[in-house]
Amino acid sequence: MSKRLNLKERYKHMTRLGWETTYQSMDDVFPYDTYEGIKVKDWDAWEDPFRMTMDSYWKYQGEKEKKLYAIIDAFAQNNGHTNLSDGRYLNALKLFLQGVTPLEYQAHRGFAHNGRHMRGEGARVACQMQSLDELRHAQTQIHTISHYNKHFNGFHEFPHWHDRVWYLSVPKSFFDDARTAGPFEFMIAVGFSFEYVLTNLLFVPFMSGAAFNGDLSTVTFGFSAQSDEARHMTLGLEAMKFMLEQHEDNVPIVQRWIDKWTWRGYKVLSLIAAMQDYMLPESPMSWKEAWEVYFEENGGALFNDLARYGIRPPKYLEVCAAEKDHLSHQVWGVLYNYAAPAAMHTWIPDDRKLDWLSEKYPDTFDKYYRPRFLHWREMEKQGKRFYNGSLPMLCQLCQIPMAFTEMDDFTQTCFRTSEYKDDKYHFCSDGCKDIFDYEPEKYVQAWLPVHQIYQGNCGGPTLDDVLKWYQFNVGSDNFDYVGSEDEARWNDLQGKGEKPADKSAA
Amino acid sequence: MQIDIKSLNIKPIRQTYSHVARRIGPDKPASRYQEATFDLQPTTNFHYRPTWQPQYTIYDENRTAIVMDDWYKLLDPRQYYYGNYVMARARQQDAADQNFTFVEKRGLLDLMPDEVKQEVIEFIMPLRHYEWGANMNNTQICTFGYGTAITGPAMFQAADRLGMAQYITRIGLLLSGNETDVLDKAKESWLHAGKWQGLRHVVEDSFVVEDWFELYLLQNFVLDGMLHPLFFDRYEQKLNRQGGAAQAMLTEFMSTWYTESCRWVDKQLSVAAAESDANRELLTQWYGKWIDRACESLMPLAAEMLEDGQQVLDEIRTQLDARASKIGING
Repeated sequence: MSKRLNLKERYKHMTRLGWETTYQSMDDVFPYDTYEGIKVKDWDAWEDPFRMTMDSYWKYQGEKEKKLYAIIDAFAQNNGHTNLSDGRYLNALKLFLQGVTPLEYQAHRGFAHNGRHMRGEGARVACQMQSLDELRHAQTQIHTISHYNKHFNGFHEFPHWHDRVWYLSVPKSFFDDARTAGPFEFMIAVGFSFEYVLTNLLFVPFMSGAAFNGDLSTVTFGFSAQSDEARHMTLGLEAMKFMLEQHEDNVPIVQRWIDKWTWRGYKVLSLIAAMQDYMLPESPMSWKEAWEVYFEENGGALFNDLARYGIRPPKYLEVCAAEKDHLSHQVWGVLYNYAAPAAMHTWIPDDRKLDWLSEKYPDTFDKYYRPRFLHWREMEKQGKRFYNGSLPMLCQLCQIPMAFTEMDDFTQTCFRTSEYKDDKYHFCSDGCKDIFDYEPEKYVQAWLPVHQIYQGNCGGPTLDDVLKWYQFNVGSDNFDYVGSEDEARWNDLQGKGEKPADKSAA
Repeated sequence: MQIDIKSLNIKPIRQTYSHVARRIGPDKPASRYQEATFDLQPTTNFHYRPTWQPQYTIYDENRTAIVMDDWYKLLDPRQYYYGNYVMARARQQDAADQNFTFVEKRGLLDLMPDEVKQEVIEFIMPLRHYEWGANMNNTQICTFGYGTAITGPAMFQAADRLGMAQYITRIGLLLSGNETDVLDKAKESWLHAGKWQGLRHVVEDSFVVEDWFELYLLQNFVLDGMLHPLFFDRYEQKLNRQGGAAQAMLTEFMSTWYTESCRWVDKQLSVAAAESDANRELLTQWYGKWIDRACESLMPLAAEMLEDGQQVLDEIRTQLDARASKIGING
């Protein structure tokens, strides 16, 4: 008669496969998991956040993939792109493929790194599964969006752009920062801040946007990835609790990482804020609402829960709270100004959208931002569409142009500086300056797109040179939506009565 | 007779992403594998150097002495991307599950002589740790390798190895009626029994190999190339003759996996060897460096497992040498 093993015990035997090495020292086998100063007394105290053996992983994920690809195929076969709410929506997808998909890939390699280099086997197995999932996300996103790429511009060079184009250095530098940190900091940066605290503000707006705007393909991916994301969230939280429980000396280190990565994540989210409020023809919720629900309420509850470990909420939340009425409008302004070197289209919102923004931002929109957009619209009408001809100064840390204002004076650009080894560095905020000041030797290395252009490393001195180096199809991938090939193609789909339904009606 | 459904026909403006088109030629539709693989890894303008390895960039061609003019030559003959990889493994695990169920239901283990069960526990159970080592090494190749063409499948290989460690664990639990001390004893053997020390030693040495392509050859070609035929083919044949046929059913996953893995591994090595004489020499040198170690480490095990252990090992070695010659190394 067989003994019964409960799931927890069984899983332990399925994963605790390592041993204390003796022919090579453990420190040589795992050279990277001590230098950050995180003290681990007992890896056996690691609680597996989920208990999935490889065979059940294959089975479960295989079924999900089968369903997902069936929908992707059907979508392409039926030209599902004709059912979008509006052609402008495509630009949210462009931002997603250029800015987010490469991060999924980076997460894949980063979790592989942790999947090899953390000493505890339980943590390693969980990281390896996440590494696989992240590769899944990168690859399925490419497949999901593949059909759009066949019919519209702004998708076709996404890996090349991610490594070069100015606004994409914002997400890229975020992830490069995480990848170059040690394994524990990576867990807080990506596993906790990104996946746990911020995912509802990053991943979800794109997927909800897809749902609201008739993008069946992308929203199906979103649903399919949901259970992966749930696993990732539990891993992030478990990793952090593990560090906090292992040694009290870990608490201040983890706190500093929480401060840093919440702020860094928040700055990346400013691009999402603009997407959410401006690129989505049909908006499920405003940036401000999303911030309130997902960060202030849910995040607030989380940090209350963490107080027992001696963890306080991240620094500068009061800045985020003050900025929530402004962020998306300021960033959309920047994108509109610099539409020439961007692989997506911009536009002035139509009246319906302006009214929606007034309704969602009653305290600020009509007062500060509507007049600006109306002014730019007027200039467009006069054939004097405003493009900013000079290049913006970028924040040394988050790499967003210095366009955010002081929250007590909306006419003043927020501007901070630090000196390091006789050079002066510029920041958009106290949060960014703080991060720099703690590790200046790291952040002076930043590949700042504007500096690089001025140093002649981006194809040449003129805009044309840079756009060529970016490998833009100039006039197709960039500039305004109105008058673009995308718009023409979209209108063509709407107007010409090519749909079979129309034919049968005739 | 053909039926013809009228549907909306919209002419695309391009067939695939531009970086894919540059590789496969203009105006050609790309496969899912190609779109999911080509140029996915960032290559330039990294913002910061790794604090854990400041001598390299995040993705750096110099983490191996192998030089490729294009790392996307290292294509996977199976054309695996995540989706078709998990679907293929899902089918295999389904077959494996059916085998486990069949063995249990038909009471095939009751028919297995006790001494055969003991042998499986003695010689197969410690391989959980070997497979875990192979998992670590392929995860290492994924993190330090260059180009999605090889690093993506390396992560799949790592997952396969964890899966196999778990299948072996399952066999142990099945044989012992869930008495977990068979696993403890196997670990004890792995750590202390003389006959396992050679193998454990070379596995631990592999953990500190710095060049990831050398590690690829060592783990996936040399160690697996000696060990898998020995344990999951030759030794199983012997167990079969002794009434242990159920064991072969329980390890079917390993044998189909091994055949498949060889296709991938041979392709990677042959492409790297064909790239240049320098690569070929390097691979040859690495092969020479590790193959004798591998054979020596397996000798005490082979000698106990099989009456003609030395001879069997020599035969496997000859086959591996031939495989190596065929792909252009050791030639």
